[in-house]
Amino acid sequence: MNKKMVTFFILFVLWCIFSGMFDIFHLSLGVISCLIITLISGDLLFSSEKITKSHIIDGFRFIKYIPWLFYQIVIANIHVAYLVLHPKMPIEPFVLEYKAKLKKDISKVVFANSIILTPGTITMDITKDNIFIIHCISRKVAEDLLTGEMERRVAKIFGEDIKIDRK
Amino acid sequence: MIDLDFIINLFIIIIVVIGLFFFFTATVGLLRFPDFYCKLQATGKGDTLGAVLVLLGVVVYILKEDFSFSTILVSIKIFFIIFFIFLANPTATHALTKAGLDSGVIPIKKEDLKK
Repeated sequence: MNKKMVTFFILFVLWCIFSGMFDIFHLSLGVISCLIITLISGDLLFSSEKITKSHIIDGFRFIKYIPWLFYQIVIANIHVAYLVLHPKMPIEPFVLEYKAKLKKDISKVVFANSIILTPGTITMDITKDNIFIIHCISRKVAEDLLTGEMERRVAKIFGEDIKIDRK
Repeated sequence: MIDLDFIINLFIIIIVVIGLFFFFTATVGLLRFPDFYCKLQATGKGDTLGAVLVLLGVVVYILKEDFSFSTILVSIKIFFIIFFIFLANPTATHALTKAGLDSGVIPIKKEDLKK
């Protein structure tokens, strides 16, 4: 499918959800505005020219990744709540350099955002050699990250074939 | 006799209270943690989970009160807000830490904490 058609379709579905009115007048207004936007900036949403089946499969894999991520977020949030409320505040902050093997830009973005969302770790910077500079708040959260499970899952979503052999 | 209405209300109250608890820990962490990066650690994420849980509570509440086409549309809009928070909150946290790193704020070490 052509990417402009897909962009128009997505915009129009969003219009229907946000307006909530389905008479001829509002729907035709929606068609006109979506057409104008698609003509002006239709090439921003997708980078490749054609939308193929693999994009849709990537989308479904990403949706499957969300529950696992949410589970990780809850566990890590409880850990940080423990650190905050503990009277002695047993934090040991340090900076970690993590060599990632992801190649595509989109998988790096998802990986960096996932690192930030699991509390106790913040991606501070990504260098040219693909090294993620990560600020960790305690040993435990760093060990969770160093198992490489999150990176493996992100790589799987976007169909990257990489070998991660960390302990 | 425990009816369905009571169970749903209990569920809503529990998830909203858990969400408020995470907001609370985020605020306490903001005040207690020692340096710039650690303070960001506490706020950037506790807020995300807290806001998501509270908004989920709101979704369940409006769907329970009146299950019709318009409330389904409203709940979809709230899911868009949740999606936006999931994207924007980590990105903002990263932007702040990156700015701190670039302007030379040195992260505190474990040895400094002992003093």
